[in-house]
Amino acid sequence: MTPRFDGRKGRWVGASVPRREDPRLLRGRGRFVDDIQLPGMLHAAFVRSTVAHGAITGIDLTATLAVDGVVAAYTAADLELGDIVALLDRPLEEFVPTAMPILAKEKVRFAGEPVALVVARDPYSAEDGVEAAVVSCEPLGAIVSEETAFAHGAPLVHEEAPGNVLVDVSMFDTSGVDAAFEAARAGGGCVVEVVTRSGRQNALPLETRGVVASWDDHDDQLLVRMCTQVPHQVRTAMARSLRVPERTVRVTVPDMGGGFGQKCVVGREEIAVAAVARLLHRPVKWIEDRREALTAGFLAREQRYRTRAAFDSGGRITALEADVVCDMGAYSCYPFTAGIEPLMASAEMPSVYQVPEYRVRGRAITTNKAPTAPYRGVSRPQYVLAIERVMERAARELGLDPVEIRRRNVITRFPYTGVNAITYDPGTYRESLDLAEATLRDEGWYEIRDGAAARGRHIGIGYCCFSERTGYGSGAFAQRKMTVVPGFDISEIRMDTTGSVVVTSGTMNHGQSHETTLAQIVADRLGLHLDQVKLRQGDTERIAYGWGTFASRSVTIGGSAVSRAADRLGEQLCAIAAHLLGTGQDNVRLDGDGGVVQVDDPARRASFEEIADVAYLRSHLLPKGVEPALSATASFDVPGDGTFSNATHAVVVEADPGTGQIRILRYACVEDCGVVIHPQVVDGQCRGGIAQGIAGALFEEITYAGNGDPSAASFIDYLVPTATEIPDITVAHLETPCAFTENGAKGAGEGGTIGAPAAVLNAINDALRHTGVELDTTPVHPQTVLTALDAASVPRREEASTPS
Amino acid sequence: MTDRHLIVLNVNGSEHEALVEPRRTLLDVLRHDLGLTGTHTGCEHGVCGACTVLVDGEPVRACLMFAVQAEAAEIRTVESLGRDGELSDLQQAFSDHHGLQCGFCTPGFLMLAEGFLAQRPDAGREEIREAISANLCRCTGYQTIVDAVSATAASRCRAREAGTCPVPEKEATP
Ligand code: FES
Ligand code: FES
Repeated sequence: MTPRFDGRKGRWVGASVPRREDPRLLRGRGRFVDDIQLPGMLHAAFVRSTVAHGAITGIDLTATLAVDGVVAAYTAADLELGDIVALLDRPLEEFVPTAMPILAKEKVRFAGEPVALVVARDPYSAEDGVEAAVVSCEPLGAIVSEETAFAHGAPLVHEEAPGNVLVDVSMFDTSGVDAAFEAARAGGGCVVEVVTRSGRQNALPLETRGVVASWDDHDDQLLVRMCTQVPHQVRTAMARSLRVPERTVRVTVPDMGGGFGQKCVVGREEIAVAAVARLLHRPVKWIEDRREALTAGFLAREQRYRTRAAFDSGGRITALEADVVCDMGAYSCYPFTAGIEPLMASAEMPSVYQVPEYRVRGRAITTNKAPTAPYRGVSRPQYVLAIERVMERAARELGLDPVEIRRRNVITRFPYTGVNAITYDPGTYRESLDLAEATLRDEGWYEIRDGAAARGRHIGIGYCCFSERTGYGSGAFAQRKMTVVPGFDISEIRMDTTGSVVVTSGTMNHGQSHETTLAQIVADRLGLHLDQVKLRQGDTERIAYGWGTFASRSVTIGGSAVSRAADRLGEQLCAIAAHLLGTGQDNVRLDGDGGVVQVDDPARRASFEEIADVAYLRSHLLPKGVEPALSATASFDVPGDGTFSNATHAVVVEADPGTGQIRILRYACVEDCGVVIHPQVVDGQCRGGIAQGIAGALFEEITYAGNGDPSAASFIDYLVPTATEIPDITVAHLETPCAFTENGAKGAGEGGTIGAPAAVLNAINDALRHTGVELDTTPVHPQTVLTALDAASVPRREEASTPS
Repeated sequence: MTDRHLIVLNVNGSEHEALVEPRRTLLDVLRHDLGLTGTHTGCEHGVCGACTVLVDGEPVRACLMFAVQAEAAEIRTVESLGRDGELSDLQQAFSDHHGLQCGFCTPGFLMLAEGFLAQRPDAGREEIREAISANLCRCTGYQTIVDAVSATAASRCRAREAGTCPVPEKEATP
C-alpha cells in the first residue's frame, strides 16, 4: 500500500498559484548567462564563413592577433577537438552518418559556419579581431534547395552522403494501399493530392545562446555555465569532444530566456569556448549575437510533403500515401540526428484520423544552410498541415462540410492502435472538434462570414485537429533507432530538519514554470505547503543524469519522477512515524497537512518536523535498521508509446485582396492535456505556442539566395510578430486524465505551435473560397496572396472598383 | 579605439562614474560596468526592446544609445521599480496575469509600460496593445502582457480618483 496523499488534484495541483520564479524576474534579479561576470574573464567571438560552400585554402589571423585587446585566436588545427557525431542505428541505405567539427576544417558548409575563435579582453576587441581575420575559400557550388540537392551531378555537402541524402526511410506500406486508391477512383469516392511546404524558421528564444566557461583548479574541473535545455547531454558531448572523463566537466544552467528546442541540442561554439577556457586557465564568455542566432543558430521547419489520399463516397479516408522531404541544412544535430524530422513525420502522420492503409517515405536532405534542430512541435506542425489540407481538399471534392469530414474520420474509440502501430491513449478528438465548432457557431461567425461574402469581403473559418505525442519514453525513442536514447527522468527529494524539502529534477526550466508546477505536485503528494518545497535543476554535479526539457516531457516524465520520489520519502516518513507513535506501519498515513497520523486514533500524530528532528538530530531514536537520511530517489519512464495530448484550433481570418494582408479576427483553442496542474501556466503555454504557430503561418521565414546567402540577418528582415499581429486567444480545457503518468498530466508545451499553421491556412483558403485560389504553403505573406489572386485572374479590389 | 572618456551617469537616482570608449553602448555600461543586469540584451539593433530603459522619463533602447550620450540625463532601469523588495503595482500585475514566462523580455516591457502609462494614464486596451508592440516577447503571445498593463492602468485610474495613486502623474507633455 502506498502511503501517498492523493496528488491528482489537491490543494495545490489544479490551482493557479503565484509563480515562484516571478519576483526575481520582475525585479531584474534573474540570473542569465550574460549576467555572469568573473574576475579575469575573457570574451570570445567567432570568425564565420561568408561563403556557403567552399574549400578552405587559408586562414590568416596575423592581423587579428595584432588588434589591441586580443589575447589569442584559434583555428580547428590549434584546438584538435573531436567532432560532434550524432548516430542512428540504421543500415547505410537508410542513414549516412556525418560529423560536425567544432570549427570548420577543410571545408565550410554554410554561410555563418564558425571557422576560427578570437579571445580578447572585452567583447568589442574580440569583434575587432574577428573583423581583421582573413579566410580564403574556393567556392564549391551551393546546395540551397531540394531541387539543387537532387540535381544530377550536384556538388556534395558531405562526400559520404551521395545525392545529399542523410536519411531515407520507407515505412509501413500496408498491403491494401493501391487497391484502396483504385477503389476510391472507381467507387464514387475521391483521390486527392496535395503538396504542402513550410518555410525555414528560427525558434528564436529571446535570449540567444551563451556560455561562460572556466577552469576550476580547486575542483580540477571545467565549469561550464550555459544556456541549454539539456545540461547532461552537453556534458557528455563536451567530455567526448575534449577527450576527458565526464567528471572533469560540470555544466550548470542559470535562468534561461527561452529555448523552444533550439537549445536542446549540443552546439559547437560552446564546446570551443570551453576548450579555450581550459587551455588558457581563464574564464571565457561567449554570447551569441542576434545576427549569429539568425544565420548560424539552429533553424527548423523547412519541409515538403507530397500527400495522396483516397476517400470513399461517405467521406471516410481509406488510404494515405506521403513523400516527405526535410531540409536539415549542413549538419546532423546531436543527440537527435537528421532523422528527427522525417522519422517523426513518417511515424505519426495519420494524426487523429482512422487511416486503414498507409505508406510513407521520409527523407532528410543536407544543404548549405544553417543546420536544424528540433523546434517546438518537431515536424508535427508540418505533417498536421499536410493531413489537414488533405481533409479540406477532400471535403471540397466531395461537397462535405470541413468539420463534418473530420468528424467522420477522427478516432473515437480508445485505446486505438493505428496503422502506424502506435497506440493512442484516450483523448477528446471528437469532443474538442464539436466544442470548437459550437463556439464559433454560437458567436455567430458563420453568419458574419456568409454576410461578408455577400458584400465582397473575404472572411474565412478554418480548423485544425491534432494530437501530440508527449512523454516520449525511452521505448518510443528507441523505435527511432537513435544510438543515444532519451526517455527517463530521475528525481531526488531530501527533507531538512524543519520539514522542508529540496527536489531535484533532470528537466530544465526555460519559461515553463517548473519551479512552481513541479513543486505543486510534491506539495500535494506529501501534504506540504508550497513554500516548503524548493526545486533544483540545471547542475550536472548535483542532479542525477536527466534528459532535460523538450518534447513536452517535463510534467509528464519529470513530474512523474518527482511524484515517485515524494512517495518514497512519504514511506520513510511513515515508517519512522509509526515507530515514534508506537504503532504498526499499516496503521499510519500522511495526513495531507505536514504530518503522519495514526489511522485508528487520528489524535495521535507526528509532524514532519518532529520526524525530521529525530532522523537527523536524535538519530539514536530511530528504529533499528533505518538510516538517518530523509531522502529518496526515483526514476520514471513512460511505458508504451507515450501519451497523447490533443486539441482543436478554430480560426476566423479576413483576407484583404487589395493588399494581400491577413487579419485574424478570432482564435479559439480547445485543448486536452490531461490533468491541468496550473491552469494559468497551461493557458500561457497554449497562447505562446499559438503565437509561434501564427508566426510560421504568416510571417517568419529565412530563405536563401542561389549562392547560399541567408535572407535574414537581423530583425529588420526576420519578421517576428508583435502584440498587434497576435490576437487574443481563448483557451478551453477538456481533461482526460492520463493513465500512464503519475499525476494524470499529458504534455502541454508544444500543442499551440502544432495547430496554428494549418488552422490559419485553412481559414485563409476558406476566405478565398470564391476566388478559386487555394494555398498550401506557409508562410502566407501578403505577396503570396496577391500573386495567387493574380494567377487566378481575380481582380484586386481597387482594380475591380476602378472603371477601365 | 583607446580613446576613453570619464562620464558620470545618473541611474536610479544615484551617480555612477564610468570610463568608456565612445562606442560603448549605454546598455553595456548599465549591464557590465554598473552591474545593473536587469536590463537585457536581445538584439543590439533596436528592434526587440529587451534593453528598454527610461531616459528622462521616455522609454529608450539602451542598445541604440552610446553611454556618452546619456550624461546629464536621468536614467531609470528595472531595478528602480518597487520599493523595499516589494513589487510595484505594475510588476505585481505582470505576475497576477502571467505576463511573463521565461522573463527575459520582462524588464523591457516593464520599463516600456511604465514610460507609456506615465504619458497616457487613461490608455485603453487597444492603445496599450499598440504601445507594447514596440517590444518582442517570444513566450507569452502578448495577451497577458496587455492584460497586466491594462489592469495597472485601470487600478491607477481608480487610485488617482481616490487620491492614492502609487505613481505620480507626469506633468502634461506639451
Ligand atoms: S537589445 Fe536593444 S532593442 Fe534589442
Ligand atoms: S517571457 Fe520569454 S520572451 Fe517574453
